[in-house]
Amino acid sequence: MTNTKSTTVEVRLPSRMGYEKVAMSTAAAVAKLMGFREDRIEDLKTAVAEACINAIEHGNRLNEKLSVGVVLSAGADELEVKVIDDGTGMRKSPVKPDIDRKMHGEEGPRGMGMFLIQALVDEAEWVAGTDGRSSYVRLVIRLDKDAA
Amino acid sequence: MQTETKSRVDQLTSPAGHPVAVLRFEGDIASTSKDAVLGAYQSLSKSSTKLVLLDFTKVDYINSSGIALVIQLLIEAANAGQKVYAFGLSAHFTKVFTMVGITKYAELFPSEQLALAAL
Repeated sequence: MTNTKSTTVEVRLPSRMGYEKVAMSTAAAVAKLMGFREDRIEDLKTAVAEACINAIEHGNRLNEKLSVGVVLSAGADELEVKVIDDGTGMRKSPVKPDIDRKMHGEEGPRGMGMFLIQALVDEAEWVAGTDGRSSYVRLVIRLDKDAA
Repeated sequence: MQTETKSRVDQLTSPAGHPVAVLRFEGDIASTSKDAVLGAYQSLSKSSTKLVLLDFTKVDYINSSGIALVIQLLIEAANAGQKVYAFGLSAHFTKVFTMVGITKYAELFPSEQLALAAL
């Protein structure tokens, strides 16, 4: 992993809860090969897992006939992850959860996935497919982030 | 694919003499963990349990659905007048719990010993 050419790894997951862990492990392995610190790998694992869960649950609506594509592109100093589903894309922006409102029943206890994704990586964008399908979330984590 | 969540309850007494119900989790905490998380909590006596300690030492993976179950537990505990504490989270999940605000309603400790000593 010392050359500067982008290296691509692709994984295809069934739309079944739990399989996000396959993408999570793959992303962690690629990040480790690139030299990311352990704490950044943990951030990436959670962000990738949440992106896959959203794709499985909301994008593909748990339809096991559809799969989730995960494309990891390792560059010289950053790792880009695209998580692709057959949904129409996320129409809302990530919102920081308000624990007080949750505790008082004013908002549901769920709905933290997009916030976690955005908070744990250097870049996150949600892109709706132009054909109303093939939407994706694109994550980027940079190698030099907070380097000691 | 998800590791089944196991849970068990230990009834302990803190060094200060207070009864503490310790909920010990093992495996993944995800959307499939409702019975292991909320079921274990709901098996506790509301009248005799005032201090609840969550043990995450043997938990490797918590996703946002699992965090939501922990928040549901905190809501039920707050409604029952119970205080909730936790220990055994990795540095990463300590960060995640802090980011989503859970630490406002459940103090985190690095170990069971330190948690019990504070209760």
